[in-house]
Amino acid sequence: MLAEMIQRLFERSLGDSEQGLAREGQWLPGLWAEIEEMGLPLALLSEEQGGFGLSAAEQGEALRLLGQLAVPLPVIETMGANRLLASAGLELADGPAGLARADHLLLQNGRLTGTVERTAWGEHLACLAVAVGDRLYRVPRAGWTVAESGSAMNFQPRPALAIDWAVDTSAPLPHCPLAEGATLRAFQIAGALEAALDMTLEHTATRVQFGKPLQKNQVVQHELAKLAGELACATAAADLAAEALARGDLLGVAAGSLRAREAAGNGAAIATQMHGAIGFTREHRLHLYTTSLWTWRDEFGGQVHWATLLGRAARDAGEAGYWPMVTSL
Amino acid sequence: MTMIPFPAPPADSAEVLVLRGEFRSFLDKLLGHRSPRQRSDNWYGFSREFSLAMGQAGYLGMTWPKQYGGHERTAFERYVVVEESLAYGAPVGAHWIADRQSGPSILKFGTEEQKQTILPRIAAGELAFGIGMSEPDSGSDLAATRTRAVRDGDLYRVTGTKVWTSFAHEADYVILFCRTSGTPADRHQGTSQLLVDLHKTPGLTIKPIIDLAGQHHFNELHFEDAAVPAANLLGAEGDGWNQVMSELAFERSGPERFLSSIELMYQLIAVLQAREDEAALATIGRLTAQLAVLRRLSRSVAAMLQARENAGLQAAIVKDVGAVWEQTLPDFARQLVDAEPDPRTAAAYAGVLANIVHNAPSWSLRGGTREILRGIIARGLGTR
Repeated sequence: MLAEMIQRLFERSLGDSEQGLAREGQWLPGLWAEIEEMGLPLALLSEEQGGFGLSAAEQGEALRLLGQLAVPLPVIETMGANRLLASAGLELADGPAGLARADHLLLQNGRLTGTVERTAWGEHLACLAVAVGDRLYRVPRAGWTVAESGSAMNFQPRPALAIDWAVDTSAPLPHCPLAEGATLRAFQIAGALEAALDMTLEHTATRVQFGKPLQKNQVVQHELAKLAGELACATAAADLAAEALARGDLLGVAAGSLRAREAAGNGAAIATQMHGAIGFTREHRLHLYTTSLWTWRDEFGGQVHWATLLGRAARDAGEAGYWPMVTSL
Repeated sequence: MTMIPFPAPPADSAEVLVLRGEFRSFLDKLLGHRSPRQRSDNWYGFSREFSLAMGQAGYLGMTWPKQYGGHERTAFERYVVVEESLAYGAPVGAHWIADRQSGPSILKFGTEEQKQTILPRIAAGELAFGIGMSEPDSGSDLAATRTRAVRDGDLYRVTGTKVWTSFAHEADYVILFCRTSGTPADRHQGTSQLLVDLHKTPGLTIKPIIDLAGQHHFNELHFEDAAVPAANLLGAEGDGWNQVMSELAFERSGPERFLSSIELMYQLIAVLQAREDEAALATIGRLTAQLAVLRRLSRSVAAMLQARENAGLQAAIVKDVGAVWEQTLPDFARQLVDAEPDPRTAAAYAGVLANIVHNAPSWSLRGGTREILRGIIARGLGTR
């Protein structure tokens, strides 16, 4: 049911002109108001936390849908920040929120200072859920200024934020914001790949060359099959990461996140190639997905960060311990 | 929207966790002495002794009814035994085909007498099966089969040639896919399956086919007016195509579709113990992530099969993606470690690498070539 509501909202209120504005870094207050009205920022919370109490499968469906619709604005960041804040017992976000790990921030004389790099829509957020060491801080908007602008591959803003905030509350960190963000990104990637596969199927069915639709060519069919394989892997990877996050297993998050990141690149490449030159333009909607896939796959800890974490655990497990480790992921 | 569902596999139950532990101890006890090179044969290892021990311990025919020697356990419990066997490089060849596909086919299509005489012996680890599908002129195009069985009273008279039958020289039976009426032009019509006893079928000769690694597991089966009792017809005459497709469904998507080179991963990790190489660790991490996700997809298919859902498309995806993983592993290994592979060395790493490189080409051929699988997936996507 939530999925239907999401579908209706964005079909109604998120068109090409809104996507164009978001690409120019313009905040969409009307769209955000509708997102809040629907309660989406609370979608990952249990009923006791004031949320929807969705099952894992329902959460996954909603998150994938946000990717499938290429929803701009920091929706999943706010959902993730709220899950962290609620778990920590801190006040929930009072608007769009950011999610970050910033161990280099300084805490001196009750003030938190330093820079949080590349925060999605940082200028427009109401608060930040920031982890420093083993503490979680809820930094309100008055606690930062925009230090430097930055952009993602889909051209949405990723500014650096200069934090200067007199800490009033903090709490023990329930789980790593990078793990939270990486897991949510995996679902977005799976959703975007679903959209990319659909577009590619549609394009190759309707585009006629040499007197027949592209997809009557076996070589095209095989590329479509590979794209379906990447989609299957991304979907399973997101589920794997989410289950691991729920039981506090960072290695499982790493495994799921990594495979989704890889699928983002592999899938975007196949979809673009199968579209031909039109897939390389802004005239076709495919670019909304490819540029977002190229954005999401490198955020919340990069591929090398997660791969080294998992690889080190594998190495430490050793020849005999490797397989038992794999079965525990 | 084109959703190809891969339902979440259930978390391991307490029974499954216990079973995994027990089975790992069982393998340690029986096979702990084997070398990495021996383990890297994976399911090409053949040991009657080991298969009998598996049967005795109740690890074969696990999901079948007790009346046929089975143990009425879940598909997931069987999955655990299968994946742990492969991860350990156990020599499963003497029960592999029988337990995976021949037994289930007999259970599904066989007569009461066939079920009673054959299934308990498979479950006991006593009977080894081979596959009788491919022919010299009909590999991927199975419907072009030319081997012909002509009814002659209480017998079928069989003439034709089957190839690539692993362990036919050691096994006891094959399920033979053949034509009982019409011509190859009739395609799926007029085909049937026969249970052929490899020890006492007059007119059957078995010749080795040596693979590029010098191994003898493939064989050519030559039938010349060979006499097979009519009572050995499996299922209905003329229904062979549907039956063989059902048999193939048991053959795809299992963990054997991505674990063939797992021993090389262990040896790679052993070599990396002595190095602090971040880039190498990142590669191991990426490969491990791919493996974990493949395993999840494969367990999803097991969940679908347990729920009696049609998982043909999903199974093809798992086999396609899985074969790429197991096949490309040696390339990743070669980027991390310099070693000249040597098929005769006792050194673990170089020996395992040689065995894997020699055998890897077959992994995207057996059980449906990569090209056939991608065609199946494309059809599932609605392209033809």
